[in-house]
Amino acid sequence: MSVLDIKGVTKQFGTVRAVDSFALTVGDGELVCLLGPSGSGKSTLLRMIGGFETPSSGSITIDGEEVIHLPPERRPTGMVFQSHALWTHMNVFKNIAFGLKLRRIPVAEVKRRVDEVLELVGLTGYGNRQTHQLSGGQQQRVALARSLVLEPKILLLDEPFASLDQHLRERLREEVRDIQQRLKITTLFVTHGQDEALSMADRIVVLHDGRMEQVAAPDMLYREPETPFVAGFIGTMNLIEGNVNGGTFSRPGFSHKLPAGDGPAIFAVRPEALAITPATGAGAARVHRVTDYGTHGLVDLELKDGLRLKSMVPEARDWKAGQPVDIAPRAFAAYRDDAVLYRSSAAQ
Amino acid sequence: MPVDTTFKPPRQVDWAGIGFAVVLSIVIIFPLIVVGLWAFANVWRYPNVIPQEFGLRFWYQTLSRPDVWESITTSVELAVSVTVISSIICLPAAFAFARLKFPFRSLLFFSFIAGQAFPKFGLLVAIAGIFLSLNLIGTFWGVVLIQLVGTLLYMIWIPVAAFQGVSPRMEEAARDVGASPLRVFWSITLPQAGPTIGAAVLLTFVNTFYETEGAWLIGAPAVHTMPILMISFINNQPVIQYGAVLSAILWLPSFFALLFARRVISGGSFARGFGA
Repeated sequence: MSVLDIKGVTKQFGTVRAVDSFALTVGDGELVCLLGPSGSGKSTLLRMIGGFETPSSGSITIDGEEVIHLPPERRPTGMVFQSHALWTHMNVFKNIAFGLKLRRIPVAEVKRRVDEVLELVGLTGYGNRQTHQLSGGQQQRVALARSLVLEPKILLLDEPFASLDQHLRERLREEVRDIQQRLKITTLFVTHGQDEALSMADRIVVLHDGRMEQVAAPDMLYREPETPFVAGFIGTMNLIEGNVNGGTFSRPGFSHKLPAGDGPAIFAVRPEALAITPATGAGAARVHRVTDYGTHGLVDLELKDGLRLKSMVPEARDWKAGQPVDIAPRAFAAYRDDAVLYRSSAAQ
Repeated sequence: MPVDTTFKPPRQVDWAGIGFAVVLSIVIIFPLIVVGLWAFANVWRYPNVIPQEFGLRFWYQTLSRPDVWESITTSVELAVSVTVISSIICLPAAFAFARLKFPFRSLLFFSFIAGQAFPKFGLLVAIAGIFLSLNLIGTFWGVVLIQLVGTLLYMIWIPVAAFQGVSPRMEEAARDVGASPLRVFWSITLPQAGPTIGAAVLLTFVNTFYETEGAWLIGAPAVHTMPILMISFINNQPVIQYGAVLSAILWLPSFFALLFARRVISGGSFARGFGA
């Protein structure tokens, strides 16, 4: 059953269209990540769902009820901000209890629910602490508890870990995912980090310039990107611009069979699907740099016209800078006009 | 014998700090000590360095004068009236300056500095001309009005900085958990901006209490504030102690203001008020 239904939502700021005809349905208990580079409209979209921005057009319904006309305080959503936004003149308990008190819930019940949610986020006994006495991670947990205690129908997370260090970020995203699954709370999560999105989401929505590029499960998004932007944005992808002529894609130094009509195309191949072998002749490319990651190696290649490609190899030691190589894509896709032109059967 | 290998940095003497403290002491504390000594000196004649006789004789004499009590009452009434009226006018205006966008906002905002940017006496004389035609010269409310002009800078600029300093995300977080805009202002914005606004109100009260030019030019001859009375004591009385006792009494508002500031206002509030 869908909890959130967004239809044709557009947001215009002056001449800038921050969100353009966006549509999405989110099911009960689902965690959906809005992923995109800065300025792609993901935060604006989240703020429209939370009631902090009004769409220029379109509709947003939660449990079948139109919410666009409702102010934030009357929407069944809970938002966690990137900056924590804890109220520094209140201690942890008062921060979490504020929303419950506004609902005139009896004192004993408030205490029980605050204690419960503090335990849920792993901060039992921290109620009397002042917010400045907490670490960044603890502050973000309090912000999460403040939203969760009100049992919102939809939890909105606006880059909540962006201000935390890498180690803490990884730990917190696992904790948030655990809590989300335990409570089965429908969640929208904004991030510009693909690791975060790939590790947490049931589905990922990729946004670019205010438009939805693709919505899919993380593995599908990686394996079958539908646009060149998604292909380049998720993971590492070699994107080779060239032309198809008589069933062959070509550009100086590179050509490959491509069963598609003549015209310009973008040839896309992941580093792990680009095999290299020592050149038998002059070679299609030259090794520019080799990086050893221990578990594997990454070889930077340079085509004859200077285009750089990456190839993942099992052993970095087998390759030397300056060495001529031949290249052979094992699996690939091709794009034309922002759509898939061809995908090889084992494309990754 | 064990050797202590712990690295101990050489103790550095902060000569600049010490020099600064000495200069500040000479400039601020020394005159205060002299006035304090005069206030409690029954007899102090040249060339003695300290008074020959300490006592409260001049305190009794000063406080038994009806004009002193009248001036204390007038000064307190003026300072309270000006502070309250200034708060009523300036705080909502400051909120508007901080949060709303309207035409000529910057121009209006900077116009409040005009009162401080030009020689004040010239401005006061010009206003006195207008007040004369309005029959406000020599009246309590005339002095209130003139002193209000002097408070505008503190009561607009500092609270504007205070309101701007409150994170919009904090307010949105409160809306998000169910607070109405009014409740957000009362429970989040005001407590967050409160200490800095408190600093502005305090500055207004103390400055009004000590203000002399406006009170003299507009209030004379009917309105006597404490500083005006003190000036007339110093100018017209051969006994220094009268002026010294009044000076000591005039310190009281500052003293209580400082106590209040220490309790209520965090260290950075004043600084934040001026945009630090």
